[in-house]
Amino acid sequence: MENNVKFQVRDLDLYYGDFQALKKINMDIMKNQITAFIGPSGCGKSTFLKTINRMNDLIEGVRIDGTIHMDGVNIYKDIDVINLRSRVGMVFQQPNPFPMSIYDNVAYGPRIHGIKKKSQLDEIVEKSLRQAAIWEEVKDKLKKNAQAVSGGQQQRICIARTLAVGPEVILMDEPTSALDPISTLKIEDLAEELKDKYTIIIVTHNMQQASRISDKTAFFLHGEVVEYGETSQIFNNPKEQKTEDYITGRFG
Amino acid sequence: MTRHLFMQELRELNQNVIRMGSLLEKSINDVIVALEKLDASLATEIIKNDDAIDDLEHQIERECIAMIAKQQPLATDLRKVTSIMKIVTDVERIADHCADISEYIIVLTKQSNVIAPKNLKEMVNVMKSMVIETIDSFVEVDGAKANQVIAKDDIVDNYFASISNELTEIMQGNKEAIPACVSYLMIIKYLERMADHATNIAEWIEYIITGTMIEGN
Repeated sequence: MENNVKFQVRDLDLYYGDFQALKKINMDIMKNQITAFIGPSGCGKSTFLKTINRMNDLIEGVRIDGTIHMDGVNIYKDIDVINLRSRVGMVFQQPNPFPMSIYDNVAYGPRIHGIKKKSQLDEIVEKSLRQAAIWEEVKDKLKKNAQAVSGGQQQRICIARTLAVGPEVILMDEPTSALDPISTLKIEDLAEELKDKYTIIIVTHNMQQASRISDKTAFFLHGEVVEYGETSQIFNNPKEQKTEDYITGRFG
Repeated sequence: MTRHLFMQELRELNQNVIRMGSLLEKSINDVIVALEKLDASLATEIIKNDDAIDDLEHQIERECIAMIAKQQPLATDLRKVTSIMKIVTDVERIADHCADISEYIIVLTKQSNVIAPKNLKEMVNVMKSMVIETIDSFVEVDGAKANQVIAKDDIVDNYFASISNELTEIMQGNKEAIPACVSYLMIIKYLERMADHATNIAEWIEYIITGTMIEGN
């Protein structure tokens, strides 16, 4: 059981100056599963997601207490950020392809990591685009500017770009909120396929999306994890009244 | 409070289930009187009234499907809407059995050597109390009451076994009484099934309240 834990989070607090954004987070995130974080805006779910590949370190005034271990290694102490981020990739809410060709977008990471040989880059680009379920749509226009394709395609190119550096974990911060329903379902199918090889953590405002694709769901409120459990249990029979009120849409 | 429309729809759904329960209660009360007095005209009326319960069942099912499609209920709401779809099927079956028993009441009025089994009245009363308590437990969202119903199912099963034996003995001793005994045998089978359906409903009410599914009969 212990071996299936990818991230072990213990007593994690995060402060923006005087404001405490995360309060005593304790969570085991499982390997090769999709874990969804849900909760209202400002509840801390995206902040927590960013702590997993240390994107909060750059923000002035941020203080973090507690620990996050990945495969038993403390990611705030015993690993450098560059290494961490090559292992923990991130996909954002707005598709953010670089203003360059589709090929160069996907090859960007591997090139930074020192791969120069064209045949090797070709292979990585094709493999990543295939894994991101977009190869068939773009294989004849790899030189086209990545910003000139549809939003749904851009997002899958961004996922391919993430996959190209061979991560173990993919963090997704509302990856489909800017996409139409068909593109959304393509990304969801893709996440489902990718979880065999990767650990996926997704922040979503779309409750149906969390219930459709995730294995485990955590409900955040005011910087705390109110409830964390099997997705079917959370959506069918939550233990906490606050979770019930949120997912059934009862506020005020 | 958010989701005004949905909450209004849930209230209306609840009201319709309670309406269906009231119609069922009336059918059961009538069938008990008709069975005791072997009243063919009341039995005919019960058969006629069954259509109203069928119509309400279909209406409630359509409302549940529409709510799932339009409102995507979750948690307690999901359990309530899906359980109600199951509950109305059992309510409709119990009402069907009121009509089935009524058919045999009409048959019995034309048969000779009719002797009501000794414990029939007791069996009917336990079954009735189960149905009434089931309806009450739904209205009052009372899990303890639902569990009382579940516990009573064995009592009805025992009556079914003892009355079957009694009827068998009557038939062995008096050939002339066989047709009437067969009618009563059918009637007690329906009564036993009605208690099973009441138990099913009680189990769904328990599921609405706790989220736990009980292994049923």
